[in-house]
Amino acid sequence: MQLLLKRYRDLTVLVLVLAVQVLLLAWQVRTGQDVRLIRVWAVASVMPMARVVEFVRANTIGVARDYFQLVDARSRNKELEKELGRLKMENQFLKTELATADRARALAAFQSRSPSRTLAARLIGSATSSNSRVVYLDRGASSGVRKGMAVVTPDGIAGKIVAAFPSVSQMMMVTDPAFAAGVVSQRARVHGTLKGQSPSVCIVDYVQNEDDVKDGDWFFTSGDDRIFPKGLPVGRVKTSRTGGIFREIRLEPSGIRGGIEEVLIVVEGVHQEIPDSTQSSQELHMLPRPPAEPESDPNKMIDFSTTGSALTTDADQVLERYRRLGAAQGHTYGAGGVPNFNIPVPDAPRAAPSKPAQAEGAPPAQGATAQPAPPAAPGTARPR
Amino acid sequence: MTHLGEPLYSKPVRIRERRRGYYVFFVAVPLLALLFQVYVPLFVSSLAYLELPLLVTLHTALTRRAPLLGLSYGCGVGLLQDALSNLPLGMYGIVKTLIGFFAANISMRVDVDNPLVRFLTALTLYFFHQLFYWVLARALLGQQIHFEVATTLLFAILNAAVAVPLFQLLDKV
Repeated sequence: MQLLLKRYRDLTVLVLVLAVQVLLLAWQVRTGQDVRLIRVWAVASVMPMARVVEFVRANTIGVARDYFQLVDARSRNKELEKELGRLKMENQFLKTELATADRARALAAFQSRSPSRTLAARLIGSATSSNSRVVYLDRGASSGVRKGMAVVTPDGIAGKIVAAFPSVSQMMMVTDPAFAAGVVSQRARVHGTLKGQSPSVCIVDYVQNEDDVKDGDWFFTSGDDRIFPKGLPVGRVKTSRTGGIFREIRLEPSGIRGGIEEVLIVVEGVHQEIPDSTQSSQELHMLPRPPAEPESDPNKMIDFSTTGSALTTDADQVLERYRRLGAAQGHTYGAGGVPNFNIPVPDAPRAAPSKPAQAEGAPPAQGATAQPAPPAAPGTARPR
Repeated sequence: MTHLGEPLYSKPVRIRERRRGYYVFFVAVPLLALLFQVYVPLFVSSLAYLELPLLVTLHTALTRRAPLLGLSYGCGVGLLQDALSNLPLGMYGIVKTLIGFFAANISMRVDVDNPLVRFLTALTLYFFHQLFYWVLARALLGQQIHFEVATTLLFAILNAAVAVPLFQLLDKV
C-alpha cells in the first residue's frame, strides 16, 4: 500500500485536493453558506492594491497625458503650440470639472429627491470571473452596507449588493445572468421578473403572451422582491414578441446606460408610486407663468383667472368688462341711462371673488364655496 | 576573505535570493495577475478575455516541472480567483488544479522552452480550462451556461499569443 502511494504520490495528492474542493463546493451549494474567511482574506489582499492603483491613475495619468501632448505640440510650433497646449489643458480640466460637477449634482439631486435613504459609492474593481457581471464598490459593512441592499443611479436600478466586506462591497449588476428583480410595466401594470442576459440587455420573464406589453414601454420596480423599493425606473422595452409559454421581452436597462462610475446604495428603501406619465414627458421643459400686466390700461383684457370663470371668448370679455363698469358706477342695465364706458376697468377683488356679484344684486354663494359668482344672465346684463 | 569565509558569507545570500524568487513567484505574480483581472477590464473592457491567473499558473507549472507544485499553485490561484468572484469557492480551484497538474506533466515530457510548444500548450490548456469550467458549472451548480466553441477557440488563440511573450518576461524574473 505504502509502495503504491509512494509510486502514485502525485496522482494521490491530486485526487485528494480535488476531493476536498468538491466536498467544499458541495457543502456550499447544499447549505447555501459561504467560506467567508477566505473571501475576506482575498479581498483584503487584492483590493487595497486596486485602491492604490486607482488613486495613482486618477491623479497622474491625466496630467502625464497632457504633458506628453504638450511636448509633442511644442516640437511642431514652439510658441503657438505652447499656448494651444495651455488652452487645451484648461479646457480639458474645465470639461472634467464640469462633467464631475454634473454627475455629482445629478446624484445629489436624486439623493435629495428620493424618499429612500441612500449612500453614495464608487466603483473600484470588477470580479475575476468573465462569466458573471459583478463589481466592487468602495463602501462596505463599516459604512452600513449590508448584503441584499439595492443599488441605483439617477437613471434607474443598477444592481444589488451580494457581499459586504469591512471596507468594500460586491455588487451584482442587473445584467448578470443570476440577477432577478420584480418589475411592473408602467402602461398596463403587467408584472414580471427581470433577469440579466447580456452586457447591455435584460429580459422580463414570466409575462403571459396575452399581456399587453409593447416596444418602448417602461418597466419600474414592483417592490415584490423586497430588495428594490417600488417605483424605481428599470428600463425601456426593446422588443416584445409572443413566445412559447411566456412573452419574450428584451429590455434595455436605464440605470447602467453609458457605464457607471458612481452609484447610490439604498440603505433604507421607501416605496413610491409608479408615475402615470411617460418618461419622455418628464423631459419637457416648461417656462413659469408670465407676470401680470401693469394696470391703468382702459382697454386691457379681463384676467379671468382672478374671477375663476372659464369663459374665454371675446364676447365674454366685453360682457365682463361692461358688468364691472356698471357695478363700479352703481348702474343697473335695463333700468335706464348709460354708464361711462371710458373710465378704467376696476379689478375684481381677489380675496373675495363673489363680492362683485353681490354688489350687482346677485344671490350670495351657497355655503362656504370659494367659487366666484356666475356672470349675470345675458338678458339682464346686456348693455345698451 | 579566507577559504572558510566564502561559504559562511555566500550561503545566506543564495538563500535570500532563492527566498526572494519564491516570494515573487508565489505571492507577487499571482496577486498582480488577479489585480489585473480585477482592475484593468474596468477601463479596457476588451482585455477581459485575458485569463492572466491561468497564464501564470501555466508558466509556473511548465517551468518548475513538478506536478505537486503545479497542482498546489493552480489550486491556490483558483481559490483566490473564486474568492474574488461571486461563485462558490472551488469552481476555478478545481479547474486550475487540474490545469496545473496537466501542465507540469506535459513539461516533464516535452521541451516547453520552445515558443511554439508554449503557444500550443497555452492554447490547448486554455480551451480545456473553459471546457472543465463549463462541465463543472452544469454538473455541480446546475447553471445553464452555453459553451461557444468558436468564441472559446478565438480567446484561446489570443491568450496563447499573449502567453508567449509573458512567459519570456516571467522567465527573466
